[in-house]
Amino acid sequence: MSTPAAAAAGAKDESQIRQKRMIGEHFERLARARHDGRKVVYTFVPGNLTELIASFGMLSVLPEINALQSGMRGRSAAYIAEAEKSGHSEDVCTYVKCDIGMLRSGNIGPTGTKLPEPDLLLLSYTGCFTFMKWFELLREQYRCPVAMLHVPYQPDGVITPSMRAYVVDQLKNEVIPAMERVSGRRLDLDELTAQLARSAAAEDDLVAVWESARHRPSPIDGYFGGVYYVGPIFSAFRGSEEAVAYYRELRREVDARMAAGKGPATPDGTLAEERYRLVVEGPPNWTSFNDFWRMFTREGAVAVASTYTRVGGLYDTGFRHDASHPFETLADYCLGCYTNLGLPARVALLERYIREYHADGFIINSVKSCNSFSAGQLLMLRELERRTGRPGGFIESDLVDPRYFGKANIENRIQSYLQMVDARRHGGYA
Amino acid sequence: MKCGVGIDLGSTTTKAVLLDEHGEIVGQGITNSRSNYEVACAVAREEALTAARLSLLARALEQLPGEQRTRTAALAAALPEAFRFELYLDQLADLEGELRACVGQVKPDSLRHALEPALDEVIERMSRTAASLFDGSVARRSDFFRDLAGAAFMAAAEAVCAGGAVPFERLAGLFDRAVLDVETTMTRKPFDHVLRRAIARVTSQDAVAAPDAAGVVDLVLAAAAGTAIDEVAFVGTGYGRQTLPFPKECVRSEILCHGRGAHAAFPGTRTVLDIGGQDTKAIQVDESGVVTSFQMNDRCAAGCGRYLGYIADELGLGLHELGPLAMRAHRVIRVNSTCTVFAGAELRERLALGQRREDILAGLHRAMMLRAMSLLARSGGVHDQFTFTGGVCKNEMATKVLHDLVAEHYSPGTRVNIHPDSIYMGARGAALFALDDYRAGRGGAPAWREY
Ligand code: SF4
Repeated sequence: MSTPAAAAAGAKDESQIRQKRMIGEHFERLARARHDGRKVVYTFVPGNLTELIASFGMLSVLPEINALQSGMRGRSAAYIAEAEKSGHSEDVCTYVKCDIGMLRSGNIGPTGTKLPEPDLLLLSYTGCFTFMKWFELLREQYRCPVAMLHVPYQPDGVITPSMRAYVVDQLKNEVIPAMERVSGRRLDLDELTAQLARSAAAEDDLVAVWESARHRPSPIDGYFGGVYYVGPIFSAFRGSEEAVAYYRELRREVDARMAAGKGPATPDGTLAEERYRLVVEGPPNWTSFNDFWRMFTREGAVAVASTYTRVGGLYDTGFRHDASHPFETLADYCLGCYTNLGLPARVALLERYIREYHADGFIINSVKSCNSFSAGQLLMLRELERRTGRPGGFIESDLVDPRYFGKANIENRIQSYLQMVDARRHGGYA
Repeated sequence: MKCGVGIDLGSTTTKAVLLDEHGEIVGQGITNSRSNYEVACAVAREEALTAARLSLLARALEQLPGEQRTRTAALAAALPEAFRFELYLDQLADLEGELRACVGQVKPDSLRHALEPALDEVIERMSRTAASLFDGSVARRSDFFRDLAGAAFMAAAEAVCAGGAVPFERLAGLFDRAVLDVETTMTRKPFDHVLRRAIARVTSQDAVAAPDAAGVVDLVLAAAAGTAIDEVAFVGTGYGRQTLPFPKECVRSEILCHGRGAHAAFPGTRTVLDIGGQDTKAIQVDESGVVTSFQMNDRCAAGCGRYLGYIADELGLGLHELGPLAMRAHRVIRVNSTCTVFAGAELRERLALGQRREDILAGLHRAMMLRAMSLLARSGGVHDQFTFTGGVCKNEMATKVLHDLVAEHYSPGTRVNIHPDSIYMGARGAALFALDDYRAGRGGAPAWREY
């Protein structure tokens, strides 16, 4: 997700320039944190409690985002090698190895400044077992406190009142007290609700941006472009004034594109012709991000919706941060993470996207690092084909390990898939 | 005649197929891909064109009125082999030129002086035995010039070196260098030129020399005049398809081409398995041959054709010898890894454990096909009819294991099709797409380079 500096080339939109500035300022704040006496919380994207962290005046660091940015900047191979040297096997999630490798190489962040050590490791989503192990490793390294929020799985895609109560109870009795201890402050409920209200405003605008892709041609790419759009809201900015302003601006730009009948921005400028509309499931590959994107744009394929851009919040299924129920809304947010849904709920969501966004088909990028995403994806593929009658494509790569991105192989599969969509669209051969 | 051309540029071999407007095959050509894809493509196309013209000539002679047909029958029957022989002689002449150029560069002079007469004798022996490859007295194991000439060269070199005057390896080294140049330069003579020579050769033989030889030759030449081919559309596919001199719209995915080619050969096909040198594909097609789903191996080459290549190298055998040897197994040794890189190590380790070569080979074949079964399962299973294509389907052990596994995991009644020309399926599918493009007024012209 997030916002590698200046990666989406072509003509820069105002929102992009703004986002880049926001990121730069955030890493500067982090670099000065010790000096300014600000506390630092390391936490993960799914179920992140950004508003709560900010309400204590603390700063967030998101190791996954650092890892993916290392991937985009061509550093991950060396970091992974470093981690493997210290004994991590080839099968370990490459986000973890990339982060560990970065830490062992001086912990220099994506903008070139050194990251501060954590004062608290906040694990607010336990749906992925790897997260727990990851923080176990960081705890070894930093010897700092860990706060853990156990989040029950949603096998049926429903949050029951008891699940919510269970999470709220942990928030009140474990997570918040831990944050109070680390920050030396009491919870400021007014500040928290103000943050939550701003989150909801930004979320409204983000949903409008996502849904613009229902339009033909779609003014956005909801996967490759989409990961840039969700950058601020996935990471340290949700609940901030800056995020509200960013999403307001982004929405305005996208509306203007739509009104002008323009296609999405791509690494090579505006896409001229929309030939295929696709829904994408699974995270992107970061080490060859633009190459991967071009495999789609060269064929005129646009991702109209994706599930990966929803891992930081399923706002288009109705969820909004709700300032009037601060604890319950945080609980629902943590519980509602996309990979916390059972397979039937994931299939239903993808089916909805395929229909509502008028997709010609869907592509699954199965990454070897992430079991939360990958387990069951072939079952999902068959079930989606059966329900929608639209073809699914299957490719395999990895998050940040360049060894797992077989360019020719992936390109071959994508082209084959799109040609198959074509042949079926024309109802067979002459 | 108007023809659609399909070219399948594979990692090991390049194939070309010419189809007439009804989708019937008129010519096929194949060559080693080697390192120069562009030449491989030109050679395969040239071969297919030649084959097409020969088959059109045969068709034309077949359609002559009764009496004329009878008079030309003997010549018509002998002509294709005679033609191939002439082509072989042309290439042999090229090879000779290259060999002499290579030997001329050998240092020191003393070695060169020893090699030159030895080479002369090898070349002399090769020309003497060349005819036996085309007169039916010896079964040809391959149609590739490299294989035919290579076998003849090595046999001659062994005999010449038996006296110990020159080391065999030095002579063999000359061949390796020279043949590469022959393969990567295209110096084909025009069709008519070769045809006249072939006719002359056949009619000079007693058995065929007819009382009115001149009249017969005229009939054949008249028929040959009608064999001009108009290549109206091209489609390229395969591993190296991006390197073809074709515009983008003339390049198709090999998955679609293989699916369509296999379906054209066996219209009942619903599932296709293709195991090529670099990749394995499991493809599902509908009743009109349109792909509905597919899976292929990821970047790992484990279990692809290349895997058998490594095994063959490790054992010092030819690829074609693996299957028959594995068929002699007493038992199938369980092998779990089909890692291509470690294939050799796996083999050596097991040999060191005292396991029989045949039994290990049987196990390796089974492991390879199990991997293919997993891809098939992921693509949606095996549906009747099941068509197996690609280089590996020539391997009898691989096909036997496949039959067993399909019967075991799916319906025992599943029909498994293997076409003798299965290696051409991708090119055939591509040629069908070319015909579609032609009918629809689409497609573009390749930018062929002259050789
Ligand atoms: S080393 Fe073996 S298993 Fe690994 S990628 Fe290569 S062929 Fe595959």
